[in-house]
This record gives sequence, structure tokens and C-alpha cells, in this order.
Amino acid sequence: MEEAVVQTTHVHAPPEGFIRKHVFSLDHKVIGKQYFGLALVAVFMGMALSWLMRFHLVWPNTKVPGLDLLSSTGAPGGVITPEYYLSLMTMHGTLMVFFVLTNAPFAGFGNYFLPIQIGAEDMAFPRFNMMSFWVTFVAFLVLILAFFIPDGPPISGWTAYAPLSAVGKDAGPGLAWGQSLWAISIAIFCVGQLLGSLNFIATTLDLRTKGMTFMRMPICTWAWFITSAIGLLAFAVLLPACLLLLLDRMAGTSFFIPSGLVISDRLQNHAGGSPLLWQHLFWFFGHPEVYIAILPAVGIVSHVLITNMRKPMLSAKVIIYSMMSIGFLSWMVWGHHMFVSGMNPSSSLLFSFPTLTITIPATIITLIWLGSLYGANIQLNSATLFALGFVSMFVSGGVSGFFLAQPSIDIYLHATYFVVGHFHMVMGVAAIFGILSGTYFWFPKMSGRMMNETLGKLHFWITFVGTYCIFMPFHYLGLAGNVRRYSSFVNDFMAPLMPVHKFISIAAFITGAAQFIFLFNLIHSRFRGKQAPENPWNATSLEWSIPSPPPWDNFGGKHPVIYHDPYQYGVKGSKGDFVMQDSPEQV
Amino acid sequence: MASSTYPPAVSPPRLGGPERASRSGIWVGIFAITMSFAAFTSALYVRQASGDGVHIVLPPVIYANTLALVLSSFTMEMSRRRGARALVPEALGLRNGMGWLVVTLILGLAFVAGQYLAWRYLAAQGLYLATNSNSSFFYVFTAMHALHLFGGIAALVYLIGRLASSHRTFRRSQFDTTAIYWHFMGVLWL
Amino acid sequence: MGKLFAAILTLVALASAYPIVTHMYVQPVDISTHGHAIDEQLSDTMAEAGFAFLGAQLLLALFVWRFSNRKNGSNVKHLPGGAKLMVATAFILVGTEVLALGVLGQKAWADVYFTAPKQDALQIQSQAGQFAFYFRYPGADGKFAALHPDKIDEGNGNYFGLDLANDVEARDDIVTAELAIPVNREIQLLMHAKDVNHSFYVRELRIQQDFVPGLDLSVHFTATKTGKYEIVCTQLCGLGHYNMKAYLNVLSQEDFDKWLREKASEQ
Repeated sequence: MEEAVVQTTHVHAPPEGFIRKHVFSLDHKVIGKQYFGLALVAVFMGMALSWLMRFHLVWPNTKVPGLDLLSSTGAPGGVITPEYYLSLMTMHGTLMVFFVLTNAPFAGFGNYFLPIQIGAEDMAFPRFNMMSFWVTFVAFLVLILAFFIPDGPPISGWTAYAPLSAVGKDAGPGLAWGQSLWAISIAIFCVGQLLGSLNFIATTLDLRTKGMTFMRMPICTWAWFITSAIGLLAFAVLLPACLLLLLDRMAGTSFFIPSGLVISDRLQNHAGGSPLLWQHLFWFFGHPEVYIAILPAVGIVSHVLITNMRKPMLSAKVIIYSMMSIGFLSWMVWGHHMFVSGMNPSSSLLFSFPTLTITIPATIITLIWLGSLYGANIQLNSATLFALGFVSMFVSGGVSGFFLAQPSIDIYLHATYFVVGHFHMVMGVAAIFGILSGTYFWFPKMSGRMMNETLGKLHFWITFVGTYCIFMPFHYLGLAGNVRRYSSFVNDFMAPLMPVHKFISIAAFITGAAQFIFLFNLIHSRFRGKQAPENPWNATSLEWSIPSPPPWDNFGGKHPVIYHDPYQYGVKGSKGDFVMQDSPEQV
Repeated sequence: MASSTYPPAVSPPRLGGPERASRSGIWVGIFAITMSFAAFTSALYVRQASGDGVHIVLPPVIYANTLALVLSSFTMEMSRRRGARALVPEALGLRNGMGWLVVTLILGLAFVAGQYLAWRYLAAQGLYLATNSNSSFFYVFTAMHALHLFGGIAALVYLIGRLASSHRTFRRSQFDTTAIYWHFMGVLWL
Repeated sequence: MGKLFAAILTLVALASAYPIVTHMYVQPVDISTHGHAIDEQLSDTMAEAGFAFLGAQLLLALFVWRFSNRKNGSNVKHLPGGAKLMVATAFILVGTEVLALGVLGQKAWADVYFTAPKQDALQIQSQAGQFAFYFRYPGADGKFAALHPDKIDEGNGNYFGLDLANDVEARDDIVTAELAIPVNREIQLLMHAKDVNHSFYVRELRIQQDFVPGLDLSVHFTATKTGKYEIVCTQLCGLGHYNMKAYLNVLSQEDFDKWLREKASEQ
């Protein structure tokens, strides 16, 4: 392997001491692992919250042993109150969307692998990078604090619509300090994400090594780059929104609160605000946010599939341009969350067109995946299984989106379980599958050890079938008109639907339990797994050209030179069936 | 399957590296800040559309502040160009970058002081943050701008510190990025 | 393993489609004049979505079955037509779907939102507040009296905040907890939010519209079948959201007149 030995000016000195190496580290790899660890904690918390929710929906008067210790007002005697259900739901959504789906696939894997895949020694701004993680960590702590205050966490959902979220404690429990902590936490989170996105963009633009043109970057690098561009602009809008919300709550302003509201028999002292303004600001952020959640997974899955198909995609360029169009279109569709919100009905029609149009690049990507599988030589390890599972879930979730994109159908399906089924399929399952696929794929590189394949496959099968059992029925419930965000189902028409809810809850408990297989595998393999070689998957991208785990400066002070794109698989006449990016071997 | 393979025999020098990254970085940051202010502005438009805004008379000191900030952009530029030429600044004076930098800082601080006066002027008229929608927006916009300006002031102080210290070294990129950011603050204000 | 994946995926896909195809989810009867357009739209979309869903899942299963862990593995081949074929297919498939459903489907939306209520539509005002719906009929003078939020007194049944002492128009307004309407008569529902966001949803009417504090919104519809139907709140409004409901009672014109007279005397 030829390497151009250029100057060895390091971005930062080698780390010394435990604190510098593992706590306040400037190393993008450590920061990536820290994000991943935070996401792991958040996802198990979020999952536990969903268990409590599913339990309460089906067995509303049964007590949960020990829950009254966490909140004596929320769950007196261990029985969840309606308001506590809403608190659990709000925290579930907030933790999952922000601290899992924005952290793990993007900040976690992206931080770890983006610099390596472009041949850089570290991110462009290592200090900002370290700050971004610790800021995110502080945001996490502030959010969790809401569980432990007397009034409890907020009950307004992760979407925190005003005026419910803006007027304060008159509107209900959890809406005093709980809601404020939520807004503060999310505002801090925005700052962390902005610092992170800054790093990703500057690094990708300027720190690519010699020969690494844009089109030679792996698809997942592109996905992180596009995601960071979206994130930069999206979080830059959420931050002002949260600030304005905090001002309404604490400084008596009326950005979102109109006059004449009577809550808890008290006339609210506000005037002139617009509840729809919050919705516009929130969803202007919120819709790109869901693409921030899915695009890295699209990139990771493409990367894993290419390696394990032993052939390139039909066209990586088309996938990349499709991801860019999804990113671009994502800014124009936010109103589809607001079709029946009281917004001008003409606007609703206007928003539905780009929403339907986004189907095109998404379909292109899916068809390229499917078409590329034709004639492949698929290696079915755990990473591949989750990647293929992602394709299946992406189709399922995408197809249900097609219904919701049409305002006339949305009249019937809005705020029903159909919507909940749709976004869980794409975010709660597909994006998670992307993260899991990446984990199984990159664990050997990050830790120097292999994960247990048998446990991995077991984890896959239970999760794959389990998540279909949980979330497919949500769609049927929605079609029957089952309303969402209800802590109990007391409507007349709900009685015949309860057996479906029972089925879902049981499936949820089983599938959730299976995640502990993954956790065990993760921890056990970290310490007892088989030693991993440098390139266990015979892959071509740069991360596989360095030791497992990589040294602190990735390439040992050298700058690799790139000769190929990362799709040289199935190459005739080469040693093995692949050629690495930094190999001067001609193809 | 066509794919990009060998680089040409003589490849162009790579322009990348930490120096250039700081430049990209500051523009990226500026983009994000612009987006945030755009969000505040769109909120303002939505509010104004409801037509219940009471017109606020701008405090006269605002005009002085604007002048100060615009001037400070000039002085910042002077500093940057001088600084580029004088690799080893000998003395603190207007001949080299350092002096102009100090003037920029003074103008920046004057701006902040002037903003404070503007707020006191409004308060004297009974216009506080929550009084009406226009006053709310005035305070929010000026506070957010001032907050970001403090960042710029901190960068100026840091630069001056490095120039004045015995090392007398600075990265060219730090100077440039500080300058770009400072000009942006001016643009944002206008 | 590849064959196992294909088999399980096929099973899952078919099992997912089964309840849809056999209509196991019970979609409520349509009692509105505009609802059939929505229902048609829904079933057209379902057909297209079903085709896309099954097509993609079964293709995935097929390819994984055929092309995984092959013995003479090094012979990878490419799909004839390549990326161009995939892009063209996507544009054609999705393009026609978008055209058919998006463009042609505008009518269903327009029926609800772009048609003005008839001149003789019966106006009823609804107020949504934590956690109940109340309704107001204009009474003999045909006018709705002004609302004064500071006069709301739930303990004494003054849910809307009417100034009964001073406002002549207020005295004949009829306030009820149930929305009774005559069948086959167009209703214009004026929507007022007392405190936070709520929503008005009647599944059988195929109507859903948010109440937004500070905004004067309305929907109009005509019910075509008598009966009692549930009105539920679908916009998260606080701890009682799950229990916030009322009844839509569609009556014959005679029965409705009788009901209204009864309610008027109870005020």
C-alpha cells in the first residue's frame, strides 16, 4: 500500500491520562462512542417508557410495582394516572427522536467514521466536537431532571403545541417546571447539534485526503454530509422557537398565546399570539428532523449492502443525488403535519404536492437497492440481515406515508394510530435497523473484537417479526378511527379493538426483551469477543485499511492516497474479489 | 462497470487542511445564525399580519449605534489588511493591524453600551419585553444580536491578546474568520 | 438463511396485507354527503399502496432467496437496464400515482374546504375547552350573542361566557352538551376554542378540524343518516384528552324541532 508521507502536523497532541483519553477527549472516535453510549442509554429508557405505555393501555388499573417510587403523584399505588401516561409519552418521543435517532446514526457513527472514511486525522474542530457532545449530555440531564421534580414531566407530547405548552401550570400537571425543563433541554440540544453539524460540513469540505474527490466518498459519508447540512438549518430554527416558548412561559410575552383564554377558571393575561406560529416553526424544523433521522440509516444500509453483496450498487451517484433531493424537498413539506390545523386549506394542497413528490427519490433509492440485489452474492451476516430488514421496513413505512400525504385522506386518518404506525415504521423500526446494521458491521473496527453471530441472528429474527407484529396493526387501528395520544380507550367504538391492542402490547414486551440479547452481545463481545482482523468483511473503504481499533490519529501520521471509489467489488482479475480505495492496483 | 480509478499522474495540490476548514467553518456558522434570525423574522411577519401591533418609536441612540457598528467593520478590515502585511508587529500603533483592532473593539463595546441605553430609553416609555408584540420582538432581536456580538467581542479580545503577547503569533485564519464574523454582525444589524 | 429470510418476509408481507384485503378493520359507515369521495380516494390509494407494498416485499424476498450465499459466488452480474431502468420506473410508477391520486384527489378536499356553506345552512357554534364540548344554537332572534371570556361561569352553566344580564341577544341562545342536528340539512359549525388546541372528529362524518385559540374556524357538512355518533377530541389538550367527547345526534327535522324547543325551555 503506497502512502504519501506528507507533513505530520497533528490537529491535536496525543491524549495523555484517563480524563483526556476517555472523558474530555478531542478524539472524534471517542466522541462518537460517547454519543453512541448516550443513545444506548436513551433508547433503553425510551423503550421502558413505551412498555409502561403499552401496559397501561391494555391493563389500565393494574399497578406497576415500584412505579410509585418514581412518582407518587403520577402513579399513586403504582397505577398510572392519565396525566402520567401523557408524561411518559412525551418523554418517550423526546428521548427517542432527539437523543436516539439524531444521536446514534448521525452523531455517533458519523463522528467515528466520517473523518476516517475521507482520510482525515480528526474532525476540523476537535474542541467544538468535544463541546458538542458534552452540551448534548447536559441537555440529556436537564431533560431527565423533569422526571424527578414534584410536578413531573410535561404532558404536551414531543411536539409541545402552544398554547398548552406555553401558558404554564394552569393548563395541567407537568406544565410548570416540567415543560420549561423540556424547552431548556431542547434548546441546549440544538446548540450541541449545531456545533456537530458545523464540524461535519467543514471536515467534509476541507479535510479530504489526496485523491478523495467528492464522488469517491462512500455513500454513508455523503449521507452524513447531507444530514449535517439539513441539521444545521433545522436546529437553527428550533432554537429560536424554544426561546420564544420560554419567553412566553417565563417573561409574560405572547408569541404563541392569543387573548381571551380561560384555563382552570382563570383568564390568561396574554394577547395577540398565534398558536399556529408555533406549529409552523416547530414543523419547519420537525420535518427535516425526520430526514435527519433516516438519511444516515439510508447511507449506512447502502454501505453495508454494497460490502455484503460483493458488488456495487447499480449507481451510487443516483443514490447520492436522490438523497440530496430528499434533503432539498424536505424543506417544503412541513405543512403536511398541519393539514387540518386551521391553516389555509389552499396551503394544505400546496404542501401535499412536494410531499407526494418526495416519494420519487425515495422510490428511486429503494429500486436501486432491489435492482442491485439482482445477481449479487449476498453474505448473510447480522449486519446484512438488518440492512435487508431496513429495506423491508422502509417500504412499509414509506407506503403508509403515501396515504397521509393526501389532505383529503388525512381528514380521516389525522391523529389516529395510522399516523403512529407510519412514523414508527420509518423511524422507530427502519432507522433503528440502520443503527443496528451499522453496529454489527462496525463493532469489530471500533472495539477490535467480533460480535457473536448466533446471538446477532437471533436478535434479528425476533426483532424483525416482532416489530411487524407491533406496528402493522397500528395501521388497522387507525383505519378504524382509533385516536392517538389517548391514555385510555373509553370510546364506544374502541371496545372491539382492544384485543388488537393486547396483541400489540404482548408483541412489544417480547420484542423489547429481545433487545437485551443485543445488549448482552454488545457488552460480552467487547470483553470476550474473538479478536477482529483489520478487514473482517473484505470491504474497500478507508476504515478497513487501518487497525481494529484504530490508533488515536487514525492513519499513524500518514495521509492515505486514494485511487478508486469504494465500489470495487467483483473486480475480475484482482486478488480476492475487491480492491481497496487506497490500493494503487489498476482496475 | 465504469468507475473513477487512477488519479492523474500529476495531481493538483490539495487545498484542504485546518486553515481552510476554519474559513468553511465560519461561513457554515454564519449560515446557521442567518437561519435563526430568519426564523425570528418570520415570526415577526406572522405577528404583524394580525395587525394589532403598536408602533414603536426607535430610540435615537440606535442610529449612533448603527454608525458605530458600520465604522467598526471598516476598522476591522483595516486591521486585517495591515495584520496580513506585518508578520511581526513591532509596535502598537496605527501602522500595523493591532491598533485598528483595538479601535474595532472599542467601537464594538460602544455599540453594546449604546444598546443598553436604547433599552433604558424604551423602558422609560413603559415598553418592556412583554408589553406588546412589537416591543417583544425589539427586545428579542436586539438581545440575540448582542449575544452573538459578544461572541465577536470575545474573539477580538482573544486576537488582541495573542498579538500583544510575547509570542506575537497568530494564525492567519483566525484573523480572517474573526473579520468575517464581525462584518456579518454588521450586516445582521442592518 | 437466505431462504429463511425470503420465506419469513413473504409470510409477514402476506399477513400484513390480509387484514386489509379482508376488511378486518371496521371502517365506520359514511353518513355524509362528501364522504364517498374520501372513501373512494382511500380505497384507490389502498390498492396502489398494496400493489407497491407487496411488489417490493416479494421482489426483495425473491432476490434474497436467489442471490444469497451462492456457491459459485464470484460471478456477480448486473440487472439489465441498470440504474436508468430503476429511475425511469420510479418516475413512471410514482409519477402516475401522484398524478392520479394527488391531482384527481383534490376534489375530495375541495368538497369540504373550497365550497362555501349554503345560505340557509343551520349555524351552530361549538366551543371546545378542557375537557368538554358545548354547543350553542342562536335561538329565536337568529343571532349569536357576543362572548365574554371573563364571564364564563361553569358552575352556573354559563359555559360560553354570555352576558345574560345586559345582552338581549344572549337570553334566547340555547346552550347544550349534545350536538343535535336535523338530517339532510346543511350545518355550518362555528368553532371556538376556550383554552388550548382541540379538534372535532366524527369518524362517520369524515370530518376532522382543529379548534385553534384565537382563530374563527368553521366546517360545514350534511348528515344523511339519523343516529347517534361520537364526537371525539383528537388534538392533545391535557390530561382529560382521552375522555373529551360528545354525541352527534342526527334527528329527523320534526324530532330536531321538538328537541330544540325542549332545550330552549330548559335554559
